[in-house]
Amino acid sequence: MTFNRRIFLGSAAVTAGLLAAPMVRAQGKPRVVVVGGGAGGATAARYIAKDSQGAIDVTLVEPTRTYYTCFFSNLYLGGFRDMQSLGHSYGTLAAEYGINVVHDWAVGVDRDAKTVTLAGGSSLPYDRLILSPGIDFVDGAVEGWDLSSQNAMPHAYKGGSQTELLKAQIMAMPQGGTYAMVAPPNPYRCPPGPYERISMVAHTLKEVNPTAKILIADPKEKFSKQGLFEEGWNDHYAGMIERIGPDFGGADVVVDPAAMTLSIDGDVNNVDVCNVIPAMKAGRIAEIAGITEGNWAPVNAVDMSSKMDENIHVLGDAAAQGDMPKSGFSANSQAKVCANAVRGALTGSTVFPARFANTCWSLIDTEDGVKVGATYEATEEKIAKVDGFVSQTGESDELRAATYQESIGWYDGIVADMFG
Amino acid sequence: MWRRLFFIALLGAAGTSQAEVGGDAENGQTLFRQCSGCHEVGQGARDRIGPHLNNIFDRPAGAADGYRYSAGLQRAADGGLVWNYDTLDDFIENPRRLVSNTRMSFHGFEAQQERDDLLAYLRQFSASPGNIPEAAPTAAAVDHAVAPEVLAIIGDPAYGEYLSGECTSCHQASGATDGIPSITNWPADDFVVVMHAYKEGVRAHPVMQMMAGRLSNEEIAALAAYFESIE
Repeated sequence: MTFNRRIFLGSAAVTAGLLAAPMVRAQGKPRVVVVGGGAGGATAARYIAKDSQGAIDVTLVEPTRTYYTCFFSNLYLGGFRDMQSLGHSYGTLAAEYGINVVHDWAVGVDRDAKTVTLAGGSSLPYDRLILSPGIDFVDGAVEGWDLSSQNAMPHAYKGGSQTELLKAQIMAMPQGGTYAMVAPPNPYRCPPGPYERISMVAHTLKEVNPTAKILIADPKEKFSKQGLFEEGWNDHYAGMIERIGPDFGGADVVVDPAAMTLSIDGDVNNVDVCNVIPAMKAGRIAEIAGITEGNWAPVNAVDMSSKMDENIHVLGDAAAQGDMPKSGFSANSQAKVCANAVRGALTGSTVFPARFANTCWSLIDTEDGVKVGATYEATEEKIAKVDGFVSQTGESDELRAATYQESIGWYDGIVADMFG
Repeated sequence: MWRRLFFIALLGAAGTSQAEVGGDAENGQTLFRQCSGCHEVGQGARDRIGPHLNNIFDRPAGAADGYRYSAGLQRAADGGLVWNYDTLDDFIENPRRLVSNTRMSFHGFEAQQERDDLLAYLRQFSASPGNIPEAAPTAAAVDHAVAPEVLAIIGDPAYGEYLSGECTSCHQASGATDGIPSITNWPADDFVVVMHAYKEGVRAHPVMQMMAGRLSNEEIAALAAYFESIE
């Protein structure tokens, strides 16, 4: 059964007399409030609205009017995508799916009264609350850096203006200058992301600034798709990239945004761009709601419900769920399990068993794409990995080109799945 | 373009033998293996994932009886697209350039000679309805044998709709295809056969092998029923 616009408009016409009074119209219908309009939240809102065909009142709270995906933003840095192609409106979710899209910040959750407070002052009642707020940064994670330094030393780890700022800084580097990255510790959003970014920055620099250097300070022993990236860096960007791991002080980092220096294990480096990606935690509203433990919000794998509150579900990066990487694909996958469970709980529809999957594509250079993926199931304890695969080193050019083409198809697929 | 007009002039003037359309039908038959995953041609050919291609020349687009065309192709058909040497040549060079939003997931033949050869082959099945060569239809989409009792399972489309969430992270339900093929409105049998081919590792694609690998026979049938039915 698919959502039929005519059915929706038809039921809206029947209640046309009540349209001026949305609170009255909503009365009696179960209410779902979704906070965060990314891969988790937009997907959950769309699936609940689509599959319940108007039986559930869905409100989506998202501050930005145009959502710029963080996935594929590295391709913008590499010159493979323009920023406009990464931006998406919520218009279809409102017009075709009947979702009440509210552009505001959620700043409070009253779990007893079951309401969400918005920065604009209003309050939204819910029967189920779905939090998909993405990430925020851990205060003091990188010595010398805080949010007030993000213009001098961008994180560019949320899509949009930060990504554009970082690109502008890369393009303005002096010939032979240094681009530095402070890589994050585990767990963080998009495990291959920092290394795909290095690849894309190298691709751009090779074209406009071939004598430039790239310096990575990394607190991790190893990283996602390491063999593939290191092979690619050697093949495409030989001599350009230096990574300093924890053995050589990669975890012992101090930055000075005013002086534009990066100190690694006491060694001071003058740098021209410093991309600081600090340690991460769940988006702040999860903490405000009081459902976090440490930096993340623990959930039950079977329906993504919070372990602290059965009426709240947490999706995507913010959730501590087990084995899935924090990725847009994972959030999208979790959202569909959650939507099915929430709809079942509120309307009695059939709840099917949870099942999850993830695939992450990365681009190393033109037409040189790689991927890693896995399937997952819900256990009592966590989301547990079932099976997986990763691209191999030494693959043919044709296969790498096909993998890249596939990633473009995936992008179109997932944004259609999120935004309709 | 002049070359194309020249061929058409020849066709009109001198009949339809393959030499005159400039292609090698024998090589075209080999190339057609890239098409036969979805299309049949020859005596008894049926619509599969794509429509059958008998009498395709001079047939208006979107005219195969009973086949559910994509909205994109339907639009092109409504706009008066007729399949002839020229339009077929354009289409198989890059399907989506001629018909945006076609569900045909094919990158196209870049080389003019390959297109000539393929069209020379297809032309044999269009010369006149009574003149279709007496050969069995080309191999169907089946590239893998599935036990009849597995093919006979009736899938539950409601369960299939839920399971389809795992597909639509990549495959667009609308049938749009760009780097990831469309799986919308496939005949259920073809869907089942292809999924089992991935599940058993006969078809090589790591993501699809992984996704199909944990689907039961009933789940594959449910997905097939759902994707066959969606509008």
